[in-house]
Amino acid sequence: MSQIYFSEDHEWVEVEGDTATVGITDYAQEQLGDVVFVETPEIGATLEQGDEAGVVESVKAASEVYSPVSGEVSAVNEELADNPGLVNDEPEDGAWFFKLTLADASELEALMDAAAYKAFCKEQG
Amino acid sequence: MTAGHKAGHRAGETTGETADGTAGDVAPQTEAQALAETPLTDWHVARGAKMVAFAGYSMPVQYADGVLKEHLHTRAQAGLFDVSHMGQAFLVAEDGADPAALLEELVPAELQALLPGRQRYTQFTNAAGGILDDLMVTRPLEELGRDRLYLVVNAACKAADFAHIEERLAGRARLERLEDRALIAVQGPAAAAAVAAVFETPALTTSPFMSQARATLQGAFRGADCWLSRSGYTGEDGFEISVPATAAEALANALTENGTENGQVKPIGLGARDSLRLEAGLCLYGQDIDETTTPVEAGLAWSIGKRRRAEGGFPGAETIVRQLADGPPRKRIGILPDGRAPARAGVEILDESGDKIGVVTSGGFGPSVGRPVAMGYVRADRAAVDAPLTLSVRGKDLPARVARLPFTPANFYRG
Repeated sequence: MSQIYFSEDHEWVEVEGDTATVGITDYAQEQLGDVVFVETPEIGATLEQGDEAGVVESVKAASEVYSPVSGEVSAVNEELADNPGLVNDEPEDGAWFFKLTLADASELEALMDAAAYKAFCKEQG
Repeated sequence: MTAGHKAGHRAGETTGETADGTAGDVAPQTEAQALAETPLTDWHVARGAKMVAFAGYSMPVQYADGVLKEHLHTRAQAGLFDVSHMGQAFLVAEDGADPAALLEELVPAELQALLPGRQRYTQFTNAAGGILDDLMVTRPLEELGRDRLYLVVNAACKAADFAHIEERLAGRARLERLEDRALIAVQGPAAAAAVAAVFETPALTTSPFMSQARATLQGAFRGADCWLSRSGYTGEDGFEISVPATAAEALANALTENGTENGQVKPIGLGARDSLRLEAGLCLYGQDIDETTTPVEAGLAWSIGKRRRAEGGFPGAETIVRQLADGPPRKRIGILPDGRAPARAGVEILDESGDKIGVVTSGGFGPSVGRPVAMGYVRADRAAVDAPLTLSVRGKDLPARVARLPFTPANFYRG
């Protein structure tokens, strides 16, 4: 049974056992507009919570993707390099950015659940 | 995820730009700022525009379709752009003087030879040959007055431009600011037919490139006096229409309501305006040209008149004429990154040994080209088309090469 958490930087993280899958939210892709380039981290990289883990660029702007939790990168979504538009089409499933092995599950407590994130986005306008 | 990378000056999140170039910083409109509105502000909002602050105005950065679709629609059919924030004015000469001879004291273009109804692109230069602003100058149709020129300058520069003119030409010419007029650009292959249909003036379709025509609106605002320049900022055929502010909405409605056999005119935001002009290789003031770049470095020598090169008589003539003869130290170039990563304004350009040889001044994804495109300046000896470059993007060295401008072929009306 997996659980989904959200960060204030508009990343989602789906946790199953000690594996966390990270992507950007539907709200984030909506704000960015048409995504034309995605850069994912290196497999094996060790990320601290809040570290820059990649870049997503739309026609309008470049934005950093931060890792919402600490851990070692175990997989990256290779498809995004050739098909960055997937981020607009399937932000919260097919267009995951990377997976990492959780270093500290207690970090998840600082993140939001779906209801809290929805309220957070509403505040952002 | 955080929008960032305000590389250099603006390249930031919501892009701005416009013919007008402009240095206006673009910011999401979250705080209550005293922003100016155009006669079409409500019209944009009613059409679902996302409004941003740009050069002190509340302007549409995109509509529901988004930048990519708006860009492609303009090249395939036609787009309507509100450029009412730009400065429109008549420069009126006193005592029967030729206003063109007076304005030539401030710009390097040949203006005295301009016939009534003809338009020219030029730049206000400073004593060092740098560019204070770029502008369009029209010697209007004679019925609008033989004592005047019609000027369109950038929104962010208009106060400074007008002060500059009034100071330098004091007692010899005066400015009549046309603040009661909106400016609407219609660009794309369907533009001319759409404009001709709205004005019920078929002859507009054969109005020459860089010329002015005059027509009156039909329908509700019958009689509204409009001036139409066959020019624009997208690389496509089209018009920029100066329309009385009271009739601006009626004109925008008429243009977008009915399709033509070439397609439909849709409202387009500043985001696509920027990507369209970038693909067309056109400079954005404040980014690609500014007080530190000369028209020669910027590749705008074509806009400097032959007589002016010989006679001088404009600010910075010494530097500009010398650069025309000996070549400039650096040149504006087109840049094609090899990969998919866009290189935005502020990215450093390196040679093979990692030494800095230039900087990107505009860059992003070119929707019609289908890949990243950029413009920037490099040392003159590195500016040859196809020469290899290295772009330093977020600490990574990415290969690129010098490309011919424009990235997309110009589609102007040539009769």
